[in-house]
Amino acid sequence: MACFLIPTVEAIAVTALAKVMESKEVSRDIAKVQKDSESLEVAGKVPFSRKLKWLRNLLWGGSALLAFEHVWHGEVVPWFPFLTAAADPADAAEMLHEMATIGVTMAVLVTAVWGVMLAVSSSVEKRASKVQPAEN
Amino acid sequence: MTLLSTFFAAIICTVIWYRNAPKDDMKVGILCWLYWGASLMWLVDAIFEYAEVRAEYFTPAPADMLNDLFLGLSVIALGLIIWLVILLIKDPKGVVKNALSRGKH
Repeated sequence: MACFLIPTVEAIAVTALAKVMESKEVSRDIAKVQKDSESLEVAGKVPFSRKLKWLRNLLWGGSALLAFEHVWHGEVVPWFPFLTAAADPADAAEMLHEMATIGVTMAVLVTAVWGVMLAVSSSVEKRASKVQPAEN
Repeated sequence: MTLLSTFFAAIICTVIWYRNAPKDDMKVGILCWLYWGASLMWLVDAIFEYAEVRAEYFTPAPADMLNDLFLGLSVIALGLIIWLVILLIKDPKGVVKNALSRGKH
Protein backbone atom coordinates (compact mmCIF):
# COMPACT_ATOMS: atom_id res chain seq x y z
CA MET A 1 0.00 0.00 0.00
CA ALA A 2 2.81 2.38 0.87
CA CYS A 3 5.67 0.09 1.83
CA PHE A 4 8.06 1.98 -0.47
CA LEU A 5 7.85 5.01 1.87
CA ILE A 6 10.16 3.40 4.46
CA PRO A 7 13.06 2.84 1.99
CA THR A 8 12.36 6.37 0.63
CA VAL A 9 12.77 7.89 4.10
CA GLU A 10 16.00 5.90 4.53
CA ALA A 11 17.15 7.10 1.08
CA ILE A 12 16.62 10.75 2.12
CA ALA A 13 18.60 10.20 5.35
CA VAL A 14 21.43 8.37 3.52
CA THR A 15 21.59 11.11 0.84
CA ALA A 16 22.02 13.77 3.54
CA LEU A 17 24.61 11.67 5.37
CA ALA A 18 26.56 11.04 2.14
CA LYS A 19 26.67 14.81 1.47
CA VAL A 20 28.01 15.48 4.99
CA MET A 21 30.59 12.68 4.73
CA GLU A 22 31.69 13.87 1.29
CA SER A 23 32.41 17.38 2.54
CA LYS A 24 34.43 15.92 5.44
CA GLU A 25 36.47 13.64 3.21
CA VAL A 26 37.85 16.24 0.82
CA SER A 27 41.49 15.44 1.51
CA ARG A 28 41.13 11.93 2.87
CA ASP A 29 40.87 9.90 -0.33
CA ILE A 30 44.47 8.78 -0.02
CA ALA A 31 45.34 6.62 2.96
CA LYS A 32 48.73 7.09 4.55
CA VAL A 33 50.69 4.10 5.69
CA GLN A 34 53.66 4.55 8.01
CA LYS A 35 56.63 2.39 7.13
CA ASP A 36 60.10 2.80 8.67
CA SER A 37 59.35 6.42 9.59
CA GLU A 38 58.60 7.10 5.94
CA SER A 39 55.19 8.08 4.76
CA LEU A 40 54.01 5.79 2.02
CA GLU A 41 50.87 6.75 0.18
CA VAL A 42 48.49 4.03 -0.85
CA ALA A 43 45.88 5.05 -3.34
CA GLY A 44 42.72 3.11 -4.16
CA LYS A 45 40.84 3.10 -0.85
CA VAL A 46 37.20 3.81 -1.58
CA PRO A 47 35.99 6.76 0.54
CA PHE A 48 33.07 5.99 2.88
CA SER A 49 30.94 8.69 1.25
CA ARG A 50 31.20 6.78 -2.04
CA LYS A 51 30.18 3.58 -0.29
CA LEU A 52 27.20 5.41 1.18
CA LYS A 53 26.26 6.43 -2.36
CA TRP A 54 25.95 2.73 -3.27
CA LEU A 55 23.28 2.39 -0.58
CA ARG A 56 21.67 5.67 -1.66
CA ASN A 57 21.48 4.48 -5.29
CA LEU A 58 19.96 1.13 -4.32
CA LEU A 59 17.36 2.78 -2.09
CA TRP A 60 16.39 5.55 -4.55
CA GLY A 61 16.32 3.14 -7.50
CA GLY A 62 14.13 0.63 -5.73
CA SER A 63 11.85 3.27 -4.21
CA ALA A 64 11.30 5.01 -7.56
CA LEU A 65 10.30 1.82 -9.36
CA LEU A 66 8.14 0.66 -6.44
CA ALA A 67 6.41 4.04 -6.34
CA PHE A 68 5.51 3.49 -10.00
CA GLU A 69 4.06 0.09 -9.12
CA HIS A 70 1.87 1.74 -6.46
CA VAL A 71 0.66 4.30 -9.01
CA TRP A 72 -0.08 1.39 -11.39
CA HIS A 73 -2.25 -0.28 -8.73
CA GLY A 74 -4.02 2.97 -7.87
CA GLU A 75 -2.58 3.08 -4.35
CA VAL A 76 -0.81 6.38 -4.95
CA VAL A 77 -2.75 9.24 -6.55
CA PRO A 78 -1.69 12.78 -7.56
CA TRP A 79 -4.24 14.44 -5.25
CA PHE A 80 -4.55 14.79 -1.46
CA PRO A 81 -4.03 12.62 0.63
CA PHE A 82 -1.97 11.00 -2.17
CA LEU A 83 -2.35 7.53 -0.64
CA THR A 84 -5.81 6.08 -1.30
CA ALA A 85 -5.59 3.99 1.89
CA ALA A 86 -5.15 7.14 3.99
CA ALA A 87 -8.73 8.23 3.26
CA ASP A 88 -10.27 5.36 5.25
CA PRO A 89 -9.21 4.66 8.90
CA ALA A 90 -9.42 0.85 8.47
CA ASP A 91 -7.31 0.96 5.30
CA ALA A 92 -4.92 3.40 6.98
CA ALA A 93 -4.32 0.94 9.83
CA GLU A 94 -3.62 -1.82 7.32
CA MET A 95 -1.29 0.51 5.41
CA LEU A 96 0.66 1.36 8.58
CA HIS A 97 0.96 -2.35 9.40
CA GLU A 98 2.28 -3.03 5.91
CA MET A 99 4.80 -0.21 6.24
CA ALA A 100 5.96 -1.54 9.61
CA THR A 101 6.40 -5.09 8.32
CA ILE A 102 7.10 -5.17 4.56
CA GLY A 103 8.52 -1.62 4.33
CA VAL A 104 10.94 -2.09 7.23
CA THR A 105 12.03 -5.52 5.92
CA MET A 106 12.72 -3.97 2.49
CA ALA A 107 14.91 -1.28 4.06
CA VAL A 108 16.69 -3.87 6.24
CA LEU A 109 17.35 -6.24 3.31
CA VAL A 110 18.75 -3.48 1.08
CA THR A 111 20.95 -2.26 3.95
CA ALA A 112 22.09 -5.84 4.65
CA VAL A 113 23.05 -6.33 0.99
CA TRP A 114 24.99 -3.05 1.17
CA GLY A 115 26.67 -4.40 4.34
CA VAL A 116 27.84 -7.44 2.37
CA MET A 117 29.16 -5.11 -0.35
CA LEU A 118 31.07 -3.16 2.34
CA ALA A 119 32.59 -6.35 3.73
CA VAL A 120 33.71 -7.50 0.27
CA SER A 121 35.07 -4.03 -0.55
CA SER A 122 37.04 -3.79 2.71
CA SER A 123 38.56 -7.25 2.25
CA VAL A 124 39.66 -6.28 -1.28
CA GLU A 125 41.16 -3.05 0.10
CA LYS A 126 43.01 -4.95 2.84
CA ARG A 127 44.43 -7.38 0.32
CA ALA A 128 45.50 -4.48 -1.92
CA SER A 129 47.22 -2.67 0.96
CA LYS A 130 49.15 -5.86 1.86
CA VAL A 131 50.34 -6.28 -1.72
CA GLN A 132 51.26 -2.58 -2.21
CA PRO A 133 54.25 -2.33 0.23
CA ALA A 134 55.73 -5.58 -1.08
CA GLU A 135 55.69 -4.24 -4.62
CA ASN A 136 57.55 -1.02 -3.63
CA MET B 1 6.33 -11.81 -13.03
CA THR B 2 7.25 -8.24 -12.05
CA LEU B 3 10.01 -9.54 -9.77
CA LEU B 4 11.25 -11.94 -12.44
CA SER B 5 11.31 -9.28 -15.19
CA THR B 6 13.19 -6.80 -12.98
CA PHE B 7 15.55 -9.53 -11.79
CA PHE B 8 16.47 -10.48 -15.38
CA ALA B 9 16.90 -6.79 -16.28
CA ALA B 10 19.26 -6.39 -13.29
CA ILE B 11 21.33 -9.43 -14.31
CA ILE B 12 21.60 -8.34 -17.97
CA CYS B 13 22.61 -4.78 -16.96
CA THR B 14 25.19 -6.11 -14.49
CA VAL B 15 26.73 -8.34 -17.19
CA ILE B 16 26.89 -5.36 -19.61
CA TRP B 17 28.41 -3.16 -16.87
CA TYR B 18 31.00 -5.84 -15.98
CA ARG B 19 31.91 -6.39 -19.63
CA ASN B 20 32.76 -2.69 -20.07
CA ALA B 21 34.32 -2.12 -16.61
CA PRO B 22 36.23 -0.11 -15.50
CA LYS B 23 34.94 2.16 -18.29
CA ASP B 24 31.34 3.26 -17.74
CA ASP B 25 30.83 5.82 -20.50
CA MET B 26 27.21 4.79 -20.97
CA LYS B 27 26.49 4.93 -17.21
CA VAL B 28 25.06 1.40 -17.22
CA GLY B 29 25.82 1.34 -13.48
CA ILE B 30 22.73 3.53 -12.95
CA LEU B 31 20.52 0.81 -14.45
CA CYS B 32 22.17 -1.80 -12.20
CA TRP B 33 21.36 0.21 -9.05
CA LEU B 34 17.78 0.87 -10.21
CA TYR B 35 16.94 -2.73 -11.07
CA TRP B 36 18.81 -4.37 -8.18
CA GLY B 37 17.18 -1.99 -5.67
CA ALA B 38 13.73 -2.77 -7.07
CA SER B 39 14.45 -6.52 -7.28
CA LEU B 40 15.46 -6.68 -3.61
CA MET B 41 12.35 -4.78 -2.55
CA TRP B 42 10.03 -6.92 -4.67
CA LEU B 43 11.74 -10.02 -3.31
CA VAL B 44 10.59 -8.98 0.18
CA ASP B 45 7.09 -8.40 -1.21
CA ALA B 46 7.15 -11.89 -2.76
CA ILE B 47 8.34 -13.52 0.48
CA PHE B 48 5.52 -11.89 2.46
CA GLU B 49 2.98 -12.90 -0.18
CA TYR B 50 4.32 -16.47 -0.18
CA ALA B 51 4.02 -16.59 3.62
CA GLU B 52 0.37 -15.58 3.24
CA VAL B 53 -0.84 -17.72 0.32
CA ARG B 54 1.83 -20.48 0.29
CA ALA B 55 1.85 -22.70 -2.86
CA GLU B 56 -0.89 -20.61 -4.47
CA TYR B 57 1.80 -17.97 -5.04
CA PHE B 58 3.28 -20.12 -7.82
CA THR B 59 -0.02 -20.69 -9.63
CA PRO B 60 -1.35 -17.22 -10.43
CA ALA B 61 -4.38 -16.66 -12.63
CA PRO B 62 -3.39 -16.04 -16.29
CA ALA B 63 -4.94 -12.55 -16.18
CA ASP B 64 -2.91 -11.63 -13.07
CA MET B 65 0.24 -13.03 -14.66
CA LEU B 66 -0.31 -11.00 -17.81
CA ASN B 67 -0.94 -7.84 -15.78
CA ASP B 68 2.21 -8.47 -13.73
CA LEU B 69 4.25 -9.05 -16.90
CA PHE B 70 2.86 -5.83 -18.38
CA LEU B 71 3.80 -4.03 -15.14
CA GLY B 72 7.29 -5.60 -15.19
CA LEU B 73 7.91 -4.42 -18.76
CA SER B 74 6.61 -0.95 -17.89
CA VAL B 75 8.95 -0.83 -14.89
CA ILE B 76 11.89 -1.78 -17.15
CA ALA B 77 10.84 0.96 -19.60
CA LEU B 78 10.64 3.50 -16.76
CA GLY B 79 14.11 2.46 -15.57
CA LEU B 80 15.46 2.94 -19.10
CA ILE B 81 13.84 6.40 -19.33
CA ILE B 82 15.38 7.44 -15.97
CA TRP B 83 18.78 6.17 -17.19
CA LEU B 84 18.45 7.98 -20.53
CA VAL B 85 17.56 11.29 -18.85
CA ILE B 86 20.54 11.00 -16.45
CA LEU B 87 22.83 9.98 -19.35
CA LEU B 88 21.81 12.98 -21.47
CA ILE B 89 22.09 15.40 -18.53
CA LYS B 90 25.52 14.11 -17.40
CA ASP B 91 26.59 13.69 -21.05
CA PRO B 92 29.86 11.83 -20.27
CA LYS B 93 30.94 11.77 -23.93
CA GLY B 94 30.06 15.43 -24.49
CA VAL B 95 27.81 14.52 -27.44
CA VAL B 96 24.88 16.74 -26.41
CA LYS B 97 27.22 19.63 -25.57
CA ASN B 98 28.93 19.33 -28.98
CA ALA B 99 25.60 19.11 -30.81
CA LEU B 100 24.30 22.20 -29.02
CA SER B 101 27.49 24.23 -29.57
CA ARG B 102 27.53 23.22 -33.27
CA GLY B 103 23.95 24.45 -33.57
CA LYS B 104 25.00 27.92 -32.37
CA HIS B 105 27.51 28.41 -35.22
